[in-house]
Amino acid sequence: MEEIQALFHGFAVVLQPFNLVLMVIGIVLGVIIGVLPGLGGANGVAILLPLTFSMPPTSAIIMLSCIYWGALFGGAITSILFNIPGEPWSVATTFDGHPMAQKGQAGEALTGAFTSSFVGALVAVVLITFLAPLVARFALRFGPPEFFAVQFLTFCSFIGMGRGSPFKTMASMMLGFAMAAVGLDTVTGTLRMTFGWSELLRGFDFLIAVIGLFGIGEILLTMEEGLAFKGMSAKLNLKVVLQTWRQLPAYWLTSLRASTIGCWMGITPGGATPASFMSYGIAKRFSKNGDKFGTGELEGVIAPETAAHAAGTSALLPMLTLGIPGSPTAAVLLGGLLIWGLQPGPLLFIEQKEFVWGLIASMYLGNIVGLIIVLTCVPFFAAILRVPFSIIAPIILVICAVGAYTVHNAMLDIWLMVLFGVIGYVFKKLDYPLPPMVLALVLGDMAESSFRQSMLSSQGSLSIFWSNPLVATIFGLGLILLFWPLISWIMQLAKRRAVVSSGS
Amino acid sequence: MTTRSVEIVVAVVFLVIGAVVIIDSLRVGAGWDSDAPGAGYFPFYIGLMMTAASIIILIQALVSKSSELAKTFVDPVAFRPVLLVLAPTLVYVLVIEFLGIYVASAIFIGAFMVYFGSYGWTKTIAVSILVPAAMFMMFEIWFLVPLPKGPLEALFGY
Amino acid sequence: MVNLRAKYIFAGAAFAAAATLAPTAFAQWQPTKPVTFVIPAGTGGGADQMARMIQGIAAKYNLTSQPIVVVNKAGGAGAEGFLDVKQSNGDPHKIIITLSNLFTTPLATGVPFNWKDMTPVAMLALDQFVLWVNAETPYKTPKDYLDAVKAGGPNKFKMGGTGSKQEDQIITVAIEKLTGAKFTYIPYKGGGDVAVQLVGKHVDSTVNNPIEAVAQWRAGSLRPLCVLDSKRMPYKEKMTSDMSWNDIPTCKETGFDVEYLMLRGIFMSPGVQQQHVDYYVGVFKKVMETPEWKDFMEKGAFNTTFMTGKEYSDWVANAEKAHLELMKEAGFLAKTN
Repeated sequence: MEEIQALFHGFAVVLQPFNLVLMVIGIVLGVIIGVLPGLGGANGVAILLPLTFSMPPTSAIIMLSCIYWGALFGGAITSILFNIPGEPWSVATTFDGHPMAQKGQAGEALTGAFTSSFVGALVAVVLITFLAPLVARFALRFGPPEFFAVQFLTFCSFIGMGRGSPFKTMASMMLGFAMAAVGLDTVTGTLRMTFGWSELLRGFDFLIAVIGLFGIGEILLTMEEGLAFKGMSAKLNLKVVLQTWRQLPAYWLTSLRASTIGCWMGITPGGATPASFMSYGIAKRFSKNGDKFGTGELEGVIAPETAAHAAGTSALLPMLTLGIPGSPTAAVLLGGLLIWGLQPGPLLFIEQKEFVWGLIASMYLGNIVGLIIVLTCVPFFAAILRVPFSIIAPIILVICAVGAYTVHNAMLDIWLMVLFGVIGYVFKKLDYPLPPMVLALVLGDMAESSFRQSMLSSQGSLSIFWSNPLVATIFGLGLILLFWPLISWIMQLAKRRAVVSSGS
Repeated sequence: MTTRSVEIVVAVVFLVIGAVVIIDSLRVGAGWDSDAPGAGYFPFYIGLMMTAASIIILIQALVSKSSELAKTFVDPVAFRPVLLVLAPTLVYVLVIEFLGIYVASAIFIGAFMVYFGSYGWTKTIAVSILVPAAMFMMFEIWFLVPLPKGPLEALFGY
Repeated sequence: MVNLRAKYIFAGAAFAAAATLAPTAFAQWQPTKPVTFVIPAGTGGGADQMARMIQGIAAKYNLTSQPIVVVNKAGGAGAEGFLDVKQSNGDPHKIIITLSNLFTTPLATGVPFNWKDMTPVAMLALDQFVLWVNAETPYKTPKDYLDAVKAGGPNKFKMGGTGSKQEDQIITVAIEKLTGAKFTYIPYKGGGDVAVQLVGKHVDSTVNNPIEAVAQWRAGSLRPLCVLDSKRMPYKEKMTSDMSWNDIPTCKETGFDVEYLMLRGIFMSPGVQQQHVDYYVGVFKKVMETPEWKDFMEKGAFNTTFMTGKEYSDWVANAEKAHLELMKEAGFLAKTN
């Protein structure tokens, strides 16, 4: 096995003390960056990129990719503890992670999140190690219609999640779409809904909205029940890690599904955030405990975290083999490769063996080191919930403000964050569901532009969406998921009839 | 304020936003360009659906006899702490505009600790200075990410 | 205090100068706080790479006394970044890297700014454009391809490009005007995506910058047909088994005369003094002397024209005029509201 040999050579590179130190520094920095909302993996890597300028490329990529792994791990922490998604892909983690923390199971939720992140990454790295060239060719088959199909599938896997008024769901989702449309329309280059106000040029950022809607909104809601956070009773020792691990094997099917979704979305490249939503939606639909999702189910933490980390990791594959970034962070790393004098693309695997296998080896080791670091900190993270409210609450608000500002360096974004906080509070009280709005905001303009790109290339014919087996299959899956409630009802009916007829 | 009146207000806000979206979409062109949907095509239907949904919600809120709607939106006693957090946050953001985020954060954290936690001065000052100082180190010096700064930072040449 | 700082700076400059130029005059202005480097484009794009490259070089060789802080302001096709610089009147601690959106964004969107609202500093390089097709297609010359496009009828061939009403689409329209071929232009988000869409045959051709497509070219997936410049690119190192950048003919040589170069230049806040401009010109001159920069230029097959002062502003004024004409003809100008 050529790959195994190359991989072992890679391990030898990574295990040099200098590289190991960089790895640990990278992970720790990454976790910090992941915890701070707004300062995402992409910014973090971009910010530190110039620092790596004088390092050997292999050491530089080890450190930067470890920042990325750290950020992937770290995003879950504030999502679970305070309902504030540290990173876009941890929004779906808040749905069940935060309720778990409120029930006093912060330790379990964190352990579940970290461990499943690790599992997702591991599956993706194995995939990269052995199937890179094959997978790269698969990614090439994705044009605009395929992208639109994937976005459609993400929506379908998520729609119908709420039990509330369908009209409120619709209003909320449409608000998300409308906000996604603000700013420059990439297909025609026209400004939409900016009303001549230059502050609106940048549009509404997804992260600002989620920090406000989930984070600030949650704090306001908590206030109604007194000036304290729930979940003080979280266990503060490492036993909780082992206890949680014992529960995890039961969810192997969820993990497997989530890893598959994640790898697929990372490679195509669909992105880690849609992957986490899709995985959560599908887990909810097919789980025995689907009804309990949203009330603090461990499975609802495992599904999005596994998918997000699998997607985040496998997003590096198209970057290395094709030179297309599968995620914003990958885009920055791609720039880094060029700065270090490496040419990403099909020849990288041949010309820069040491670099590529060093990177792949660091994916294995980096994730193991990362897992150990974050797991040993679980009691510490859970202990944050015990810091008195009057100290931690203002600090959280300050961190949210900093996070909102750093997304675009815009003061208006801090105001918007507070506004979104109030919206989140009112919507929650009136039973307007937030997830459809958030999903629409993150997918809206992507879906719109891939639809219009498809229309441009087919000259207005919708038949492009079933013009080849790939796109037709994805669309078919989407439709099945969309009508799943109906389908399962019919299936049950048929089953019952079969039972009745055999009984008589 | 009953839940009903808040429902009505929110539905009307949705209605207005929907209308604005429709108007702007018509301005940029809501039809099909030569072979693809124009810039306003999708937003137009988004606005239309939003308007439709909000009208239905509005009607439901107006005619429904559900006892839920007659309840007060939020119990004044429970609302007080909400305001106690929201109002200082708004003031905080306003202060950022003038004094920069570091000074504003120090004041905000300090005020919060004294008012809600009744901590002693030493503890309050320690926390409220250390947190912004750590932020400053991290953002301005290590990560080279500029945050809003005010006159105090300018004194030190930032 | 002031004296100390000046001394410290001199030490730094001298250290850097060992590798580059002679130390400059003592009394020269120096930044007193971190310099904000605005990028009117997203992270990971061509302008972003170049700006972070400069930041890295400046840090490595200690070329600036204060750190350079890079900020992305990509909103509204870069309008956000330009407006930010326009509004920071007289602030000598803010510079911006520009690309063609300096001209195209105000013309296409009607956002009120113009390059004259900023102070020109220096042109760092010009980015080339190359007409690419998929290597599996039979087209060996631009003529082969354009004839096929014409024979195929209007809108049968797809040209992929970055953004809408920006450089790639302007070039596409210019080619159409000159040759009578008619493409369907499909806008994508970034140049890297466009190159891969061409490899995957979702479009028929692109006008990618060299750096965006070089990897796919070297891997044998793409074929360059011609470069849209008046002369061939100077880089003679073989990129594939039989071709170097220099072996790509100009479009003019092959019979259709379309030229387009994209500005990679630096501007700064309006209302600054000449000494501020001089300082940055000095810094960029030193940046360009470094081996890293030279290597970067070669990798991206840039046209390394360096200009400052009046020469630069004249170039920009001409380029603006050319864009206005091209975009007027193409019907890309914003409707005046």
